[in-house]
Amino acid sequence: MNVFQFFWQNRTEVLDATRQHLWMVGISTLLAVIVGIPLGILITRWPALNKPVLGSANIIQTVPSLALFGFLLPVPWIGAGAERIAILALTLYALLPLIRNTYAGIKGVDSSVIEAGRGMGMTDRQLLFQVELPLALGVIIAGVRVAAVISVGLATIAAAIGAGGLGQYIFRGISMVNNQVILAGAIPAAALALLCDMSLGWLEKRLGTTTVVPQS
Amino acid sequence: MSTDLPSKNGLAIEFRNVSYSFAEGSELISSLNLQVHRSETLVLLGRSGSGKTTTLKLINALASPTAGEVFVEGRPTSQWNTIRLRRGIGYVIQDAGLFPHFTVERNIGLVPTIENWPADRVRQRVIELLQVVGLDASLASRYPRELSGGQRQRVGVARALAADPPILLMDEPFGALDPITRAELQREFLALQRRLEKTVVFVTHDLREALLLGSRIALMEAGKLVAALPPDEFVRSTDPLVKQYLDAFGELPTTTGNRGCA
Repeated sequence: MNVFQFFWQNRTEVLDATRQHLWMVGISTLLAVIVGIPLGILITRWPALNKPVLGSANIIQTVPSLALFGFLLPVPWIGAGAERIAILALTLYALLPLIRNTYAGIKGVDSSVIEAGRGMGMTDRQLLFQVELPLALGVIIAGVRVAAVISVGLATIAAAIGAGGLGQYIFRGISMVNNQVILAGAIPAAALALLCDMSLGWLEKRLGTTTVVPQS
Repeated sequence: MSTDLPSKNGLAIEFRNVSYSFAEGSELISSLNLQVHRSETLVLLGRSGSGKTTTLKLINALASPTAGEVFVEGRPTSQWNTIRLRRGIGYVIQDAGLFPHFTVERNIGLVPTIENWPADRVRQRVIELLQVVGLDASLASRYPRELSGGQRQRVGVARALAADPPILLMDEPFGALDPITRAELQREFLALQRRLEKTVVFVTHDLREALLLGSRIALMEAGKLVAALPPDEFVRSTDPLVKQYLDAFGELPTTTGNRGCA
């Protein structure tokens, strides 16, 4: 039986696992965006917070993913559901690229542009929303892209704690010593990663370059 | 107009014993006393690092004096609402500092927009200003990167004039332009200034530009004011630092520049 036959025979199950996988990645990336972008903005405003915030995000990133899933098991409410653990862990991993890119994107805006805006009497809020964020958008989306692609890969490991997703096939295939089953998880996961990469790459190009390429 | 500044005397701007130093103590401006009269073009002249740009930023509160006070329209900048103060002062910088993601129209209309003018009035004002600075109305939908350096600088001037501020600060606005474009913009600036009679503080290190545009020239050196004189007196000055500056420029054309109404 080749891998395509396996897909066909288990199509509802594979689709379900893919959907579950996408859900975990999507929700965690969204949560990371909601938390990470404001944190990134915050550390451009209060430079004293820069080191602790980026440092913490860095440390989280160094924790091996399997261990992080394990650490979260005893956490109340979160630990009660494997999917919740997976989503929280993926969110934590996605924070670093988002905080870092938001910070770098805003800091990368030409200082003479900022100074001109300030000099003309723009408030800090106007400067942020009308100048800094729009000009940093390409870099921020690049951060979302990195986070999403990493998440697709990491989410396969969530199957180890019973969170489902495409990792199920990978783990099952490993224990069965069956490459077809491993591929049944690995191929859709790789396809998802590519899809995330391409769609966000497209968005990055489109939004990032409104600053450079004019629409006439 | 909402950006009209209240006036109490004939001075638009006054520096009273103003010093400015960095936190670590190095002094950029030391006890500066300088008066800028209404409707005059005061040129701040000096070499790099002499404190001209900082002096300019002290006027629109991009920098706050560490000692003394800067009075704008009779009121110390420390007592102004910073946002209101800045919206009443046009600001033009080198390379224009245009927003790259805004069209020419949005760039010029920026201050009126954040001042909540109705959209059609902003558009009308933008078209009017494009004409004032000698740009074709068809450029309104362009992005700054699609313009030449000279056009960008004109947009920068138009943007600064948008809300009709009584004071204009210009920080080496023509510094990055080629000599021909620069001469063209200088001529137009003179014509514009004769018509609009704004109070202008103009920063440059170019003596020729200073003599051409200034109704008075204030030479700065190492954070101190050396002299503030009308162009014809400036070229005859016997002050050693003024002479040094004059000598560095060699043969000068006869001064036929701005006599303002100072």
